[in-house]
Amino acid sequence: MSREERLGAIIARHARREGPMLPILHDVQAEFGCVDDAAERAIASALNLSRAEVHGVVSFYHDFRGKADPRPEVQICRAEACKARGVDALIAQTQEAAGSRVRLADVYCLGLCSVGPNARIGDTLHARLDAAALKHLIEAA
Amino acid sequence: MNTLVRISDDALARACGADALAAAFAQAGAMVERVSSWGMHWLEPLVEIEGQGFGPATVADVPAILQGSSVKAIGRIADHPFIAGQQRLTFARAGRTRPLSLEDYAATGGWLGLERARAIGPARVIADVIASGLRGRGGAGFPAGIKWQTVANAPGTRKYVVCNADEGDSGTFADRMLMEGDPFAIIEGMAIAAHAVGAQHGYIYVRSEYPDAIRKLEAAIALAAPVIAPFVMEVRAGAGAYVCGEETALLNSLEGKRGEVRAKPPLPALEGLFGCPTAINNVLTLTAVPHILAEGGAEEYARLGIDRSRGTKPIQLAGNIRHGGLYETAFGITLRELVYDIGGGTASGRPVKAVQVGGPLGAYIPPDQFDLPFDYEAYAAADALIGHGGIVVFDDTADMAGMARFALQFCAAESCGKCTPCRVGAVRGVELIDRIRSEATNGGRMRDAVEALPQMHNAPRDGRSRADQIALLTDLCDTMKYGSLCALGGFTPYPVMSALRHWPDDFGHAVEQPETADGL
Repeated sequence: MSREERLGAIIARHARREGPMLPILHDVQAEFGCVDDAAERAIASALNLSRAEVHGVVSFYHDFRGKADPRPEVQICRAEACKARGVDALIAQTQEAAGSRVRLADVYCLGLCSVGPNARIGDTLHARLDAAALKHLIEAA
Repeated sequence: MNTLVRISDDALARACGADALAAAFAQAGAMVERVSSWGMHWLEPLVEIEGQGFGPATVADVPAILQGSSVKAIGRIADHPFIAGQQRLTFARAGRTRPLSLEDYAATGGWLGLERARAIGPARVIADVIASGLRGRGGAGFPAGIKWQTVANAPGTRKYVVCNADEGDSGTFADRMLMEGDPFAIIEGMAIAAHAVGAQHGYIYVRSEYPDAIRKLEAAIALAAPVIAPFVMEVRAGAGAYVCGEETALLNSLEGKRGEVRAKPPLPALEGLFGCPTAINNVLTLTAVPHILAEGGAEEYARLGIDRSRGTKPIQLAGNIRHGGLYETAFGITLRELVYDIGGGTASGRPVKAVQVGGPLGAYIPPDQFDLPFDYEAYAAADALIGHGGIVVFDDTADMAGMARFALQFCAAESCGKCTPCRVGAVRGVELIDRIRSEATNGGRMRDAVEALPQMHNAPRDGRSRADQIALLTDLCDTMKYGSLCALGGFTPYPVMSALRHWPDDFGHAVEQPETADGL
């Protein structure tokens, strides 16, 4: 299937739902790693919206990005509960371990606030991290 | 016969190694059952064999646990002081049932509330919820029954029930635990709400940071569909925007728009999702409903608590705390009991410096105010919030000016941009705190080129002193508090001003106590 056909299939899958925009964007991002200009145009045309309206939604949410980044992503919680357990002190060491191969991202709360500091790689969560454990996670990502 | 080993499949237990542990037990010949979490998070992964607990268990502990000789033994779980001291209604099934087992759910009183709701009809359902005194557990504390009544009375044939499961507050995880551990209870609560207000469709809006909860709910809805029919519901995933926890932003997001807040009125109860009357409630509110609707539940619920705060509140003990986890109890408990007696003080062993109650928009409370009872009105009187019931403990190494700065920075990053006090105020607030903390020139602000123009005769002639900067920050916080459209901008002043009021030394030497208009 061509890229356009895959895109069309995703849109068609959700077209009959109420408020289909977010489900479509999630699936597009999962399939292509981003929601790029071509995807925005196709979604706008299918949902009878202007391109600006779609871009406004895509750019509003932290989950969506305009360009694919194939590097593995390690999300580290930087919110209050993890701060209280010392996550900020771990960051300096981890940035070095990540280098340019791994993308480190801040996330605000993974809901594991009693066992922080916490990180997420894909759908896998990791709790009770210290510097060594986090470094190991990044190197293995 | 093989030993039956019960291990939680809650995301927190899994993040602590529960999957590997379960595999190791299976490898050793045990029968493994995955259940919900008891909420004793410092003991996760917790292993249960014939009621006896072992935790926190690792793969290396497996042989000793199976032989009954493990040093990780904690005795009978149900008798553990942490569990025995609670009054569990919403979390009555925690640790006891398999989350996706309809059989377990029915065996523990599941669907009794829905059955009775159908038998007595919408008007009496709403009367029961009003009589119970149930208030919105998401933070705002609005009486749930009154909200339902408004939706029920609203004109229009198409109505919605929306469950706000966008639990973005740091220090909160009760919604997540329910979605993963007792999803049928949420579904039953929504079905009762739908019956009461006359809705056919329901949505659960879950944040994308909770993939386990999304999967569990989707599976549970598929299983429960015949029970709740003709009511139909589905899960919608958010996309990483904190402000979507605000109910009007959530509705916009569900509609597929930017998650910008809406001005109220109109109330969502009258013009909500797709312009239709909508009952929007938090996970904890909806999960309290089946119990209230079951025979005699409303009276039992109203009997618990103090003053106008009725029933139980699931409290989340988080941050730097020795015994962190989920603690459900009637309103009226004090922070001192929660932090020291139940939580065991800090995990680091250092003295407690501050506790933030109610999420990132909640006030920081110093130990000398720990006798405040957990009660909506008592907290409001002390310029604090109960919010979603999250408690984040900090030890004496915490930099409170840094935490105040973080609150404003978070608000700046997550502002939806709709209103100026929040969008601009948060950015200016970060700059102000940086100037207050800087050691340079009088708190770090000289007249710039524009201010030096003769026309600008009202501009300060000299650099602002630290006291001036603090007065400006106080004024800015007032503007945000009273001028913002929603709680994100409106409540960010709570952590900022409480940090400034209680820990002035953290903001630089000799900070004078600022005079505030409303004592914030």
